[in-house]
Amino acid sequence: MMSETLRVNPINCTGHGVCAELLPELVSLDEWGYPIVDPSPVPAVLDREARRAVAACPTLALRLLKSDRPSAPAPAARPPRRAPAR
Amino acid sequence: MTATMNESVPGAATRQAAGLPRLLPPVPEDLRGHVARYGQTPYRGQAGLLISDIEASGLTGRGGAAFPVYRKLAIVDRARGRKVIVANGAESEPASRKDELLLRVAPHLVLDGLQLTAEAVGATEAHLYLHTAGSAELLRALAERSARSVDMLPVTVTQAPPRFLAGQESALVNRLNGGPALPTFTPPRVTERGLGGAPTLVQNVETLAHIALIARYGPRWFRAAGTSAEPGSMLTTVYQPAGHCQVIETEIGAPLRTLLTSGAETQAWLVGGYHGNWLPLPQATALTLDNATMKKYGAAVGAGVLVALPSDRCGLTEVARVTGYLAAESAGQCGPCLNGLPRIAAGLAELAGPGHRRQTRADVERWAGLVTGRGACNHPDGTVRFVRSALTVFAPEINLHARGQCSATNRRPFLPLPDGIPTSEDDWT
Repeated sequence: MMSETLRVNPINCTGHGVCAELLPELVSLDEWGYPIVDPSPVPAVLDREARRAVAACPTLALRLLKSDRPSAPAPAARPPRRAPAR
Repeated sequence: MTATMNESVPGAATRQAAGLPRLLPPVPEDLRGHVARYGQTPYRGQAGLLISDIEASGLTGRGGAAFPVYRKLAIVDRARGRKVIVANGAESEPASRKDELLLRVAPHLVLDGLQLTAEAVGATEAHLYLHTAGSAELLRALAERSARSVDMLPVTVTQAPPRFLAGQESALVNRLNGGPALPTFTPPRVTERGLGGAPTLVQNVETLAHIALIARYGPRWFRAAGTSAEPGSMLTTVYQPAGHCQVIETEIGAPLRTLLTSGAETQAWLVGGYHGNWLPLPQATALTLDNATMKKYGAAVGAGVLVALPSDRCGLTEVARVTGYLAAESAGQCGPCLNGLPRIAAGLAELAGPGHRRQTRADVERWAGLVTGRGACNHPDGTVRFVRSALTVFAPEINLHARGQCSATNRRPFLPLPDGIPTSEDDWT
């Protein structure tokens, strides 16, 4: 299954901090109040919370982007997906 | 991979050997001189054809990122409909002089490259983006070409605002779209959605000049200079320790010391300009000018700005001054850059002063970590690269300053900065 990662559009982000409140597992705030998001794929157990954080962002700066890596934990039977070589 | 040698220009291909310089004629060349030296613009008559030659040549972008040129071309070639090509001569890095010189002495090579690349990707619109209004030589070249119908596409010239980030790809597209020259968030890349929403190919002017030569002499000729992984020659802007600056065309992979023409004593090298790395002596002198070697030292060739800092200057003071400039040049759009860069600059100013608070160095390191990878463009990352390498290379100087001393015997500023630093938001257009 294609996994997703969180990404902040740093131009849109004004540091409301809603994301860190709703999703502290994957988002922390720096000393100026701007989010530092975990770059690894969103684990399936946090999928719902991640979507809620994306929807709650007042400036629509937080996005879920399709990622090539599997979300943790990886399915045991399948090899990790890789991006097709160019 | 197919390498087709180009023999479409009778008489011209044998004129030029693999020797250097390839790009820089001894005096500025007008259209007549250009055609006498290189022959007519070797159009292929069909989109796509030149791209395989460029792939075989191994040409990488000369604007700083060293991205394989054919890949960007192939992306835009595949797109349908309206497509735009932009020759980027904005050279907004204040220490770089090579594009300005190239556009003055060999404007027709750049403009040939622009037309040939436009044909290769099927572009329907061509632009030239400049840092200045354009030299007399360049403006004459544009006039000569339109008078003699050399160009398949008319070229629209736009002047960039005098800002460090104005030449950044997305900032360039925003400017050409009529807005301020501010970077935007990617995706989408400008090759997918750029000028007026059309797929847009942005290439540095030196890259285009190399393409004009590859189109004439072929990939094998191009590979006669440089390394096998990074073929060809490149233009460098070298600040000699005696204080003058030279644009030197050199083979990629040439030893750094071969670029030194003055004997004044050097204490450190800056490689890759103000988003680049400081390297200490003697390590730096032994290095060669290619990314494979530079990478081992965490550095990159970038757009070829090389500074040999003389021993009589204070490297720390120089770095603090430039970091202040870089902080002022933040577009101010992204929180971490907006907040972090001025703090880093203030921290460095404190380190460069007499005595500093105990925690200042650690603060600078922490802020450097906090801004890295968190901007829409690479300005925070590049600035941090410059600062971090300086903290290492000039560590003994930091300790001296902590005790109220400084090693400088010459206090004249060495690293070049633009005369007036714009501060208002209007200056982005």
